[in-house]
Amino acid sequence: SRFTQQELPACKPILTPKWVISVFLLVSIVFVPIGVASLYASRDVVEIIDRYDTDCIPVANRTDKDLKIQYIQSSVEKTCNRSLRVPKHMKPPVYVYYQLDNFYQNHRRYVKSRSDTQLRSNSSANDTDNCKPEDTTSNGLSIVPCGLIAWSLFNDTYSFSRGNEQLDINKTDISWKSDRDHKFGKDVYPTNFQNGNLTGGKKLNSSIPLSEQEDLIVWMRTAALPTFRKLYGRIEVDLQENDVIQVTLENNYNTYSFNGKKKLVLSTANWLGGKNDFLGIAYVTVGGLCFFLALTFTVVYLVKPR
Amino acid sequence: MPEARKTGILFSKLYSFACFLCNFEDSHAQIGQRGYSRLVYCNDPDNPVQVQLKYRGNYVSTTKYTVANFIPKALFEQFRRVANIYFLVVACVSFSPLAPYSAPSVLIPLLVVIGATMAKEGVEDWRRRTQDIEANNRKVKVYRNYRFDEIKWKELRVGDLVKVCKNEYFPADVVLLSSSYEDGICYVETMNLDGETNLKLKHALEVTSHLCDGESFRQFRAVIKCEDPNENLYTFVGALRYDGKEYPLSIKQMLLRDSKLKNTEFIYGVVVFTGHDTKVMRNATDPPSKRSKIEKRMDKIIYILFSTLILTAFVGSVFFGIETRKDISDGKYRRWYLRPDDAPVFYDPRRAPLAGFLHFLTALMLYGYLIPISLYVSIEIVKVLQSIFINQDQDMYDEETDRPAHARTSNLNEELGQVYTILSDKTGTLTCNSMEFVKGSIAGTVYGRVMTEVERTLMTKMREAGDVSIDQQGPDGDSDDSRKSIRGFNFRDERIMNGQWVNEPNADIIQKFFRVLAICHTAVPVENKETGEISYEAESPDEAAFIIAAREVGFEFYGRTQKRILLRELDYETGKKVDRSYFFYSYSQTVSLANSSLSEIKLLELVPREYELLQVLEFSSSRKRMSVIVRNMENQLLLLCKGADSVMFERLSKDGWLFEAETKDHIKKFAEAGLRTMVIAFRELGEEEYKSWEDEFEKAKTSVTADREMLVDEIADKIEKDLFLLGAAAVEDKLQQGVPECIEKLARAGIKIWVLTGDKMETAVNIGYACSLLRQEMKQIVITLDSPDIGALEKQGDKEAIAKASLESIRKQIREGISQIKSAKESTTELGPQKSAIEFGLIIDGKSLDVSLKKNMEKSLFELASNCSSVICCRSSPKQKALVTRLVKNETGKTTLSVGDGANDVGMLQEADIGVGISGVEGRQAVMASDYSIAQFRFLERLLLVHGHWCYRRIAMMICYFFYKNITFGMTLLWFEAHASFSGQPAYNDWYMAFYNVFFTSLPVIALGVFDQDVSARLCLQYPLLYSEGIENILFSWPRILGWMSNGVISSIIIFFVTTKSMIPQAFRKDGQVVDYGILGATMCTCVVWAVNCQMALSINYFTWVQHLVIWGSIGLWYIFLVIYGFLPPTLSTTAHQVLGEACAPSVLYWLVTLLVVISALLPYFFYRAFQTRFRPMYHDIIQMKRLEESEIGNSAELPRKVKDKLRHLTERLMHREL
Repeated sequence: SRFTQQELPACKPILTPKWVISVFLLVSIVFVPIGVASLYASRDVVEIIDRYDTDCIPVANRTDKDLKIQYIQSSVEKTCNRSLRVPKHMKPPVYVYYQLDNFYQNHRRYVKSRSDTQLRSNSSANDTDNCKPEDTTSNGLSIVPCGLIAWSLFNDTYSFSRGNEQLDINKTDISWKSDRDHKFGKDVYPTNFQNGNLTGGKKLNSSIPLSEQEDLIVWMRTAALPTFRKLYGRIEVDLQENDVIQVTLENNYNTYSFNGKKKLVLSTANWLGGKNDFLGIAYVTVGGLCFFLALTFTVVYLVKPR
Repeated sequence: MPEARKTGILFSKLYSFACFLCNFEDSHAQIGQRGYSRLVYCNDPDNPVQVQLKYRGNYVSTTKYTVANFIPKALFEQFRRVANIYFLVVACVSFSPLAPYSAPSVLIPLLVVIGATMAKEGVEDWRRRTQDIEANNRKVKVYRNYRFDEIKWKELRVGDLVKVCKNEYFPADVVLLSSSYEDGICYVETMNLDGETNLKLKHALEVTSHLCDGESFRQFRAVIKCEDPNENLYTFVGALRYDGKEYPLSIKQMLLRDSKLKNTEFIYGVVVFTGHDTKVMRNATDPPSKRSKIEKRMDKIIYILFSTLILTAFVGSVFFGIETRKDISDGKYRRWYLRPDDAPVFYDPRRAPLAGFLHFLTALMLYGYLIPISLYVSIEIVKVLQSIFINQDQDMYDEETDRPAHARTSNLNEELGQVYTILSDKTGTLTCNSMEFVKGSIAGTVYGRVMTEVERTLMTKMREAGDVSIDQQGPDGDSDDSRKSIRGFNFRDERIMNGQWVNEPNADIIQKFFRVLAICHTAVPVENKETGEISYEAESPDEAAFIIAAREVGFEFYGRTQKRILLRELDYETGKKVDRSYFFYSYSQTVSLANSSLSEIKLLELVPREYELLQVLEFSSSRKRMSVIVRNMENQLLLLCKGADSVMFERLSKDGWLFEAETKDHIKKFAEAGLRTMVIAFRELGEEEYKSWEDEFEKAKTSVTADREMLVDEIADKIEKDLFLLGAAAVEDKLQQGVPECIEKLARAGIKIWVLTGDKMETAVNIGYACSLLRQEMKQIVITLDSPDIGALEKQGDKEAIAKASLESIRKQIREGISQIKSAKESTTELGPQKSAIEFGLIIDGKSLDVSLKKNMEKSLFELASNCSSVICCRSSPKQKALVTRLVKNETGKTTLSVGDGANDVGMLQEADIGVGISGVEGRQAVMASDYSIAQFRFLERLLLVHGHWCYRRIAMMICYFFYKNITFGMTLLWFEAHASFSGQPAYNDWYMAFYNVFFTSLPVIALGVFDQDVSARLCLQYPLLYSEGIENILFSWPRILGWMSNGVISSIIIFFVTTKSMIPQAFRKDGQVVDYGILGATMCTCVVWAVNCQMALSINYFTWVQHLVIWGSIGLWYIFLVIYGFLPPTLSTTAHQVLGEACAPSVLYWLVTLLVVISALLPYFFYRAFQTRFRPMYHDIIQMKRLEESEIGNSAELPRKVKDKLRHLTERLMHREL
């Protein structure tokens, strides 16, 4: 048969000048518009970033890392007020993120330090093998949720006001639905959490099941890179240009010992997501490069045909 | 049984065979000394002395493994591959917490890989075993308990007395005691040993030749002392002590295992060597396991990758150690969320160096993706599939023998594309090993119109050169090809055939000529009882060709008795009444020569005639002629003589010179046409003259002096003189179909061809010409020891002197050859490049080869040989063939391929990088030892130029691509690591990684390895130069490999950085969600899968539905996998839970990033290829371009072009006529 004789009908692409040039042209024709559109979309997004990790520490403690740590680990009230000016009209929903830096949520020890079975169902509460050292309390009771991730739960809090008007933060649906439905059980309640002598991060209300503890659910989706944002909530009102927004935050989370920055981010989102010019620039660059190559090859073929 | 004994021809009475009893003194003196210590108690294998010697049994095993050692040995073989050891260690360690991923994802692929390879080994060995079993269980008759019983071969012991019947193989090396002939001769065919199909005569000692029945063996006791087992097929030194006397034994009494008894009803013999001691087994060197050069280089690449792996792992560990150590300083915890105060040893900042070291192990496992585990198994699969394609190729299928090509090992497919030297056997490989009578010069007239191969090739060359005058030559003999051809006969001339010769002017000379051909030989006619056809068992195929020629013309040799030769002759005075018919059986028979060309035309009347055979003066290489003296029915004494022209012309009588000039001229022409010529002459003897000569001759024959041989020769000389020249006959050792074209193509592909043959120098040279290996314009350098002074030394028998002299002479000849070449080169450079350099052909004979291979002259010999465009080694033994092969292999360092068909080529086939066996008429031994078997030599062209080229290209591409895809994947892991403080966290989900090599990328590579073709088979053959890509190893050169590797690195950088930069940290979809670890992993993996598969689509040259299916299918599979895996419960799917359906797919960014990354990752390669095809095109690029242009032109103007061709042809013809 033609198959065994290796004579199947086949298309044999050959890099003829025509092909080379049209491929380059095609790429540029497709890429430049996409790039422009992406750039446009990215520019369309309004984003407010406020770094507060240093500013929210008393001036006296700012000078030295050790003093910062001392402050953050002390039990004083750490409320801090920030005011943000809205540069442009922000349509709801306005997403509130916290952004951490130099925080290795992707460290192997950290990533593995959780128990998916325990999070999922009440019956496997004792399934804490992977969670050391945050697996059990000193008297041998299982911690739910166990492990380093849950233990180090982010515990800064934000509240917003515009003038005298309190801006509500909607903290529902900030996590993935599949996480709420499948990964975190409705019958699993926090027990023995943050009871050890070393307190990591936020404490959890032990009367609310894990599936409704959305801050935890968001946090438990470990970030890919050491710089990451996580969704804190949504403001569901319009923010007008030049509005000044008062932020009252509690600066509890210790990023000072590893020199991590903390940022508060308010951002809108469109079809492309948040503000990032990289994609658009990359598209335009590649498209432009291809156009340039197409030109060069055309010139070469015209000047020196084979 | 005595009644069964044939009253055979007492050849021993004839001069020729008497000389076998030559002097043994020198070597026989050594019996009993070192190397000659074997003792065999004949017919008494239980003799206590012999039992003590513990000779090996006759059991033969050629397998690599036994049942017991298969598992350990095969495993050991497997783990000789470094990569496999690595993966074994990884698999073991993966059960510990060190592992960055789960154990099954490593273990399963490894088990599959090793299991598959071991199964393959097992099946191959099983095949060998079944062959052994077959051989070991053959039956032979052995004399035990006073009668002959059948036992199995493997039960045979040294000293046993065996009876072997006609057409049976000898079960061991046997000393001949007696045969069905009274004088104890027998014929054997040694095809399985040395590939020669002619019969060899063996001769029992006179003292034992009377032993021929059970009764006489009852009393028979003798002791044989002989040499120890060795591999030399052509010597044997021993002595038989019988009745208190010692008789010398030589190779003439030796019947070797695997040769066959022919023309003799039965023989009796004593087993001397058994099993692995036999000469044929000694000659079989162990089948070496062959590995292709690409595979060897692949190992090197693996080493490089290992070093890269270790280096990256080390650097990562250092960083990890430093980072970890910093976690605790002065009692303060830096990354407190990692609980550095309570860390296991792997992350313990207080034991940072140890943690670093342990991390090193983890990293070794993690970056293991740099090393493609599935590479070996993929290559193995691909090669098996490639072999299937080779086996299935219709163009390498021989209809005549119903044999397709067969790849017996799949290891070497790509090596076929890199062959630099071909070492070829001649007989049966280049030629059909059948001689054909083609032309004759009788009485100064040339008869025979058939063109020889050489003439044909010359003519096509002339035509190509534009010399149209050839066209004028007479009608081509091929026009009446419809006639049934007769094996050994290819003579066409209407002046001779069908009895027409009687009308020729020199009819009487023609008659005598063919009569000589019919009488002057030592062949035996064998009548097929059913059909009545007569075939001939001749000592050499050319002799048979002469007899057949004579038969076809009307001189049928049909019977021979001890004293008579019986012919049926066509009387050239057919019209007249044959009044002599009462002389014999008074029958005038009408014989229809069945199957002969004449049968259709008319029935010929043949008259039986008989000739009384008086003497046979045998052919020998020194005499170069043969004569018989017969008395015909007219009571005339005739000396009929045939021989080489060099000796015959000086023996012509003064008045026999009639047409000497013409004949000489014809002989020259015949030789140029690649034919073997034989001068035919005769002489009438006077009764008196013969009588006196006979007395003298008998006396000489019975003399016992040392120089008896010379004496006999001298006396024979006396009668072979004053001959009357009849003419010259020319036979062609018919080349196999298509051999010259094939050799020419191969030569154009840049392959060097050496011919190693056991033949005589003259024959070898002629064949060299015939298959365009040697050309007229080539200068020959001949290295030989056949010089008179060495001959003289040999007669003196001074061994040391001979050795010294031959060494000296060889050295001198080599030196001369080299200087000749040098001067030729210099002169051509002086003349400028437009003058083509003189080409040299080196011809060297076996003896010289032996000397030069032994005495540290290999280097200079090789220097000489490599400067010659073709090399012919003649008279070489199997061992020498293997040695030459090894020499060539080691000195060039490039791939050698040997082709052979007989058992004599086995060593050579095994020694070469690739052994190709011709599964022709000869035994299966060569095929069994070969790596590939083809039915005809010409298939070699397709095997190398098409399949070799393809396979080489495919495997090279495939390996490069493999490294590319694994580096791309592995390096993204590394970049991620750098962003995860080198903690050993893989970027991807475990099962993405486990399936990456198995499902998402493996099938396209296999499709590439099996199906890809740069150009079609037709173009491969049309442009043999394409093959040089393989010889120079362009496609698997270091720059190319490194290029692919850096392409992988670039791709990985693009994939990782573009993905992360454009997706992190902002929201990636409208609902404000951000990218987390799981989503980034899925996105990157998507990009990798797309990029490597599209890269594949970009780099293959041949898109069939298979390629489309596997490439786009693999990408589709990735998405399907993501969906299915995502729907599993989160405890199984972990980070991949619903990642595609919920998170990625609704995000535009995800798709845009995929598009951007894939295109950017492909651009570098695409640009490189576009640049390369434009500025530095590779050979296949050019051909592809050409083809494209041609097809474009062809489509637009197909008809006009054909017309134009025809017109051109016609005008050329016309112009020629006018001239």
